[in-house]
Amino acid sequence: MVKTKAEELALEQREISVAAFFEKNRHLLGFDNPLRALSTTVKELVDNSLDACEEMKVLPEVKVEVRQVNENRFVVSVQDNGPGIVKEQIPKVFAKLLYGSKFFRMQQGRGQQGIGVSASVLYGQLTTGKPSKIISKIGKGKPGHYYELRIDIHKNEPEIVKDEIVNFELDHGTKVEIELEGKYQKGKQSVDEYLKQTAIANPHLYLIYINPLKEKIDFPRVVNNLPKEPKAIKPHPYGVEIGVLLRMLKGTKAKNLLGFFEKEFSRVSRNIAKEICDKSKVDGNMKPQEVHHDQAEALVNSIKNTKISSPPLNCLSPIGEEALLKGLQKEIKADFYGAVTRRPSVYRGFPFQVEAACVYGGELNNNSEELVRVMRFANKVPLQYQQSACAITKSAISTAWKNYGISQSKGALPTGPLVIVVHIASVWVPFTSEAKEAIAHYPEIIKEIKLALQEVGRKVGGYIRKTVKAREQAERANLFEKYIPELSGALSNLSGEKKTKIEENLNKVLKKSMKDILAGVDKEIVEEVNNNNNEKPKKEEKQSKLR
Amino acid sequence: MAKKEKSGEKLRELGNDLVKQINKGKGPVINLPVRALSNVSFDKKSRTLVLGNKMAQRIFFNVAHAKKFLQTMEVASVSKNLLKEGKHASLRDVFYMIKRTIPGTKVNLVDDQSESDSCIEDLELITEHSREKLNMTANKMGSVVGNVTILDRGDTIQWNKMGSGGYSIPSTVEEIEFKKVNAKYVLYMEKAAVWERLNEDRFWEKNKCIIISSQGQTTRGIRRLLQRLYEEFRLPIYVLADWDIYGAYIYSVIKYGSIALAHMSEHMAIPTVKYLGITYDDIEKYGLQKHLIKMKDTDKDRIKQVASYEWFKDNKDWQRQFEMMKKLDAKAEIQALSARGISFITEKYLPEKIKNKEFIE
Repeated sequence: MVKTKAEELALEQREISVAAFFEKNRHLLGFDNPLRALSTTVKELVDNSLDACEEMKVLPEVKVEVRQVNENRFVVSVQDNGPGIVKEQIPKVFAKLLYGSKFFRMQQGRGQQGIGVSASVLYGQLTTGKPSKIISKIGKGKPGHYYELRIDIHKNEPEIVKDEIVNFELDHGTKVEIELEGKYQKGKQSVDEYLKQTAIANPHLYLIYINPLKEKIDFPRVVNNLPKEPKAIKPHPYGVEIGVLLRMLKGTKAKNLLGFFEKEFSRVSRNIAKEICDKSKVDGNMKPQEVHHDQAEALVNSIKNTKISSPPLNCLSPIGEEALLKGLQKEIKADFYGAVTRRPSVYRGFPFQVEAACVYGGELNNNSEELVRVMRFANKVPLQYQQSACAITKSAISTAWKNYGISQSKGALPTGPLVIVVHIASVWVPFTSEAKEAIAHYPEIIKEIKLALQEVGRKVGGYIRKTVKAREQAERANLFEKYIPELSGALSNLSGEKKTKIEENLNKVLKKSMKDILAGVDKEIVEEVNNNNNEKPKKEEKQSKLR
Repeated sequence: MAKKEKSGEKLRELGNDLVKQINKGKGPVINLPVRALSNVSFDKKSRTLVLGNKMAQRIFFNVAHAKKFLQTMEVASVSKNLLKEGKHASLRDVFYMIKRTIPGTKVNLVDDQSESDSCIEDLELITEHSREKLNMTANKMGSVVGNVTILDRGDTIQWNKMGSGGYSIPSTVEEIEFKKVNAKYVLYMEKAAVWERLNEDRFWEKNKCIIISSQGQTTRGIRRLLQRLYEEFRLPIYVLADWDIYGAYIYSVIKYGSIALAHMSEHMAIPTVKYLGITYDDIEKYGLQKHLIKMKDTDKDRIKQVASYEWFKDNKDWQRQFEMMKKLDAKAEIQALSARGISFITEKYLPEKIKNKEFIE
């Protein structure tokens, strides 16, 4: 019998595992080129370490080492003093994609999807064939577990190469080593820069970094308490889409729909639950698992039309003005630092909070033609790529920096010796892609960023005005000194008096009345003296060019 | 303008006065009349613009004045040298004679000729001598043709025997001596191209007149020449300009004097001058409505400004022209007449207008 085309195709159709999908679409997760792959790997490991330490409430101490094996092969090693991972979980945490504790939780954290670390493991495996090495220990007196792991790409399951007990130097913590193909470079989007910015946004972190050039860089701790612990919150109905709602309906333990809304969401009372169900004409007493697709869609629509108060805002953990200033002061030498932490706000039911800072002058680029640097952070993680696609960049461009004495061309970032820093903290930061490099353009978010930039802009503007004024005054005094010889020459020619004598006397006048001259700086008005003295002095009108 | 003292002596006096101030331990200050609309008024008796008596101080030790003060003194110094050597320099020459970067700074003493020109005009007020007497001259600009014979630096020149280019008017016409003037009137036109047309058609010969043009603004030399032709030979002067606000202002400068040179009105203004065209009525009469140019926003602003000048404010004929410009939102060039034929202007338009005395005052 001849097979139909559909049957033929059916032979080729099969489930694609996440891991196999990643193999073909590595750019989605930030592994599109060797340079970025190295930086992403360091980033995923460090982010995980910081989250783990903060959860355990220990001040993080992280060692990062990037060793070059040969021309395009590196070993990334990151060790932290976090809580460690129990033996049984280690293979899954590191060698199974989309496995993690954070995905279903509404809590501000660095990692969100549980994809990062295992993606790095997979990338290392794909480019070098080597397994990743993990040591973890969960407490004093407990054994250190050493694993060498690979991912089974088709099953998306861990493949254990080695499982041993070893000594670990710390009481608790985790060390991960991944060998991968990469490229090391200094500069804008480098590992070095990523770690420096991490140190700025996390001044409570003590970080030791040894780069491939074997240079040891210390990022000291300047804040000795942990940032406020972010609380987990239930999702707010405004942020729920149909797919998520269906999943939640299936997974709930609530007996009926009304109970489901009340229990699984924040800010939903019995009355509001009733209102949602009534509006969508869905029976509030039905079993959540029995809600079908059309009904769920009706529920989502009626949620949009129901007034529900904002989610609790105490779930956010900003860096804080003071800590952000300390972080900037230790890593960037400049003349002026200013920071602002806005009050929390909400987009689509998700609480978020914006912080901004400006660093000005000092060692920063003095090339007034060059665009300023924008340091972008989301949940204390530096964003290094896709700058132009990011809501932060858009907001910085549309802020009128000229008002603060900083030059800016239309539709561009400002220019001058300035660094702009923006941090967004949220239980769910809306990135434009899974590589988590650019923040989506929600109007509520852009508005908050702009308000923060304006506030911090006013601070830096005040500083610029003061210093620029002082410099201009000095320049003006200097100008008179330079004009005097010129004027003396002309007057000497007109009058026949000796030039040196005129010059000497003019300099005497300048010295004597320097203060008055400088005080008169702002009074740039031609005073009119009327012969009859009965008219008040007036500003001279601009002379007409036409005659 | 007082001519008691020679210009060189006036410059020396200026220098002495300033040095005296400095030696007394004071910062040098120059007093000079304000050259701006606020200090210019329309004198109803002489029917010219006159400078008021508001004085401004130019203070060396004032950040806003220092550079201008220095420029003025540099120009004075250049003038003094020119007088000593008995040479004349053009305004452009003067600009280059003082242009330099001040040692130890990034400041240029002058960046643009308009700066040195303005200082020269100030110096005229300070010394009470015209720039020609300070040995500084403007570029010659403008041409004249007509049945006239003059004596210029010893040469006898016949304005009717100058070929296609005509006699080019020097920047100062004081030394010119008129030997023979055979004309009924003088026609001054804004456009050199129109002058070329009239000369080619030998309009001046057929109509027994003198035709003069410049390109754009009327230079001091031309204004003084027009004034002499009126004052010495009582020739009526007619102005032919574009129908737009700039044409109107060119006419007003010849008639009443200018704001920037209000101190020179006595030697320049000719209150009896009449405006021949183009007028709104010409546009209607000769059907030029389809040959107009649209106005720009800056034109509208300028109309508002000029219409409010004291010497235009109560002039009903002109206010009507301004109103029509705004209403049509358009302007008309003299050359629009060419739409009726290339020699329409010389054969029909001008003879008719002059015969019928269709003027605006």
